[in-house]
Amino acid sequence: MSTVPLFTDESWQMPSKGKVAMLSLIIGECGIFGIFLAAYIFYLGHNLSGPTPSILDVPVFNTVCLLSSSLTIWLAERAIERGEIRKFGALWGLTILLGLEFITGTALEWYALIYRDGLTISTNLFGTTFYSLVGLHATHVVVGLVGLTTIMIFTLLGKVRQEHAHRVQVFALYWHFVDAVWVVVFTVVYLVGR
Amino acid sequence: MADQPVPIAGPLEVAYPTRGTFLEWLHSWVTTVDHKKIGIMYIVYSLFFMMVAGAEAMLIRIQLAIPNNHAISPEMYNELFTMHGTTMVFLVGMPILFGLANYIVPLQIGARDMAFPRLNAFSFWLTAFGGFLLYYSFIGGFGLYGMGNAPDAGWFAYAPLTLRSFSPGHSIDYWAAALILSGFGTLGTAINIIATTLSMRCRGMTLMRMPLFTWLLLVVSGLTLVTITPLTAAQVMLLLDRYAGAHFFDAQAGGSPLLWIHFFWVFGHPEVYVLVLPAFAVANEVIPVFSRKAIFGYPAMVAASVGIGFTSLAVWAHHMFTVGMSAAGNSFFVLSTMVVGIFTGIKMFNWLATMWGGSIRFATPMLFCIGFLFQFLIAGLTGIMLAAAPWDWQLHNSYFLIAHFHYVLVGAIVMCIFAAVYYWYPKAMGRRLSETLGKWHFWVFVIGFHMTFDTMHFVGFLGMPRSIYTYEADRGWNTLNMVISIGAFIQTIGVLIFAWNLVYSYFYGEEAGSDPWDAWTLEWATPSPPPVYNFATEPEVRSRRPLWDIKHPQDPDWKYEP
Ligand code: HEM
Ligand SMILES: [Cu+2]
Repeated sequence: MSTVPLFTDESWQMPSKGKVAMLSLIIGECGIFGIFLAAYIFYLGHNLSGPTPSILDVPVFNTVCLLSSSLTIWLAERAIERGEIRKFGALWGLTILLGLEFITGTALEWYALIYRDGLTISTNLFGTTFYSLVGLHATHVVVGLVGLTTIMIFTLLGKVRQEHAHRVQVFALYWHFVDAVWVVVFTVVYLVGR
Repeated sequence: MADQPVPIAGPLEVAYPTRGTFLEWLHSWVTTVDHKKIGIMYIVYSLFFMMVAGAEAMLIRIQLAIPNNHAISPEMYNELFTMHGTTMVFLVGMPILFGLANYIVPLQIGARDMAFPRLNAFSFWLTAFGGFLLYYSFIGGFGLYGMGNAPDAGWFAYAPLTLRSFSPGHSIDYWAAALILSGFGTLGTAINIIATTLSMRCRGMTLMRMPLFTWLLLVVSGLTLVTITPLTAAQVMLLLDRYAGAHFFDAQAGGSPLLWIHFFWVFGHPEVYVLVLPAFAVANEVIPVFSRKAIFGYPAMVAASVGIGFTSLAVWAHHMFTVGMSAAGNSFFVLSTMVVGIFTGIKMFNWLATMWGGSIRFATPMLFCIGFLFQFLIAGLTGIMLAAAPWDWQLHNSYFLIAHFHYVLVGAIVMCIFAAVYYWYPKAMGRRLSETLGKWHFWVFVIGFHMTFDTMHFVGFLGMPRSIYTYEADRGWNTLNMVISIGAFIQTIGVLIFAWNLVYSYFYGEEAGSDPWDAWTLEWATPSPPPVYNFATEPEVRSRRPLWDIKHPQDPDWKYEP
């Protein structure tokens, strides 16, 4: 006599594939940032000439803006989950503004470094590692902003609804990563390395 | 409760659409997002490049067969060994692993496709574009010698040779750009495989019931995430050095070529495990099925694979003993490398214990896996030898090193790739590969392999360094080099038999049926070839061997598994 009962576990649940994929991407990104950070740290104090990290100003306001954008995007995630689309749109827009502030701040910082201090990527090792590391992060901010803006446009067109909450949250993970990695870059470049 | 088998869709009668025009056929492949078709494209792509890189190796061996030879120019020689290594690692090893994963993983976990079918197609075409870009350099690049030139700085492309002052022209740019591109493709597929295995498993397939093949590809994909990205980062730095005036690896401005060596091997060592773990994965499927026993020590296998994954991240500087490190650095990397040997040893014993007492069927896939066991053992042992720093000081970059890693790459990985193709070809094509040709392929290839790579150990001991263009007749290397080259020639014959078998059996092979090997994992519950949707109804499993449960209702596995 043999019976193989039907599988009874009705609560068969798998993790969300979007989140798994985004987290995997983030792990991969950590590899890239890790290498650029390693290069930055490896060459600290190895400059043969020219400006050194002491010329940097600590971008406090920028940092506060970027980090608070993590908070606003989190509130936006909660809003869309509850179906409060207008609130979601407002918070999402605020996130974009904070991101834009950050990238403008970086642009002004670079402008000053280039024209006031004469530091370019080819000036010395500090220039090489600084621009590439901070530039790598800035690139991620720009990519994030493009994504944020795309979702904003759809929101303004009225295409974003409560059922999209999950996708929005998957994208928000990326933005959280961009903010989190700034904490590391900021610590290495502006706090420890200066 | 009623008598009811686990409802896995049995073989269905599927009507195959009649062939359309050539353009329709082409269109169906180019625009496909079906994991099976993408898997086949990956595999065909890498088998093609395996032939190309094999031909490059033959040219190298012709040049080295006799002393003071000038069969090809020295410039050409540098290009050949660079392109051979780069191709075999990036255009053969990686894509074939992703091809197998694409084809097999969704079937094994009872899913209808990968988690992200379009990302899957996109990643494949990125990878393919990278490969063809690399080869375009033969016509389009301007390299070290000012001619149309392929990359020629070795597969590890050590700085400062790769900087603009020493490599003017574009050969290095082709190398970096092609690999950055295919690297993004790799990243995409790795993410896809992870999402598929973690989120798409059918009902009842807990992680500890997942077939070991899928488990290992999950580990490989996780490892790939942190392996390929450092290389991408380092190559971006290289391009910044070459074009934006940065100084990462430029010693003139205080930069350090040593940093490149570190970055390269931070990628390079885990990469060799990315390549070998899929070979283990194949052995994990083939050995139990052909020994007629469940795999021995499933949890230990999983643990050892994850262990290898993590340890392999901390051993990279065993490639750098001769670069000069502190005593502490040397000792650390000696010890961490030895730890990898422990995990690998666990696996060896599990495979042997699986075979022990089994009624082994010596079909072609099993032959290749047995060859793999022997050869991987020796490869692991020479690895342990090289991991002892003083030994390595003596033999680093000699032919002994070349023998070590070819023992792994050919003796283990290529052998398992062959096993995989013999094992799964019936599933993908509906026909078996010819066993007679298969046995010829195996024996010819194994004989050639041992002639070539066993002998390389000895020229290595006699002091022959890697990557040299030619050598004097009075070094005592002549006979050995001749033997090596003859062995390479014999291996080529073996591979040609294989290629012929692939084509011949496609038309004349024996009909396979859905389950030619009497196997136990879900892919064998589908017709051969499987329909686009794989499973008519979503399967449910209760043990590691769902098909065993169906075939043996009196004695199902789930009674014994935790
Ligand atoms: C028990 C396992 C292994 C150990 C202990 C080991 C150890 C080593 C050591 C110490 C070296 C450096 C030798 C030198 O540079 O002088 C080396 C080189 C190498 N190994 Fe292994 N290895 C193992 C497995 C593998 C596997 C599985 C693969 C490939 C899939 C592999 C591929 C390579 C390659 C490609 C190189 C040389 C790369 C180059 O210099 O171009 N090894 N191995
Ligand atoms: Cu290694």
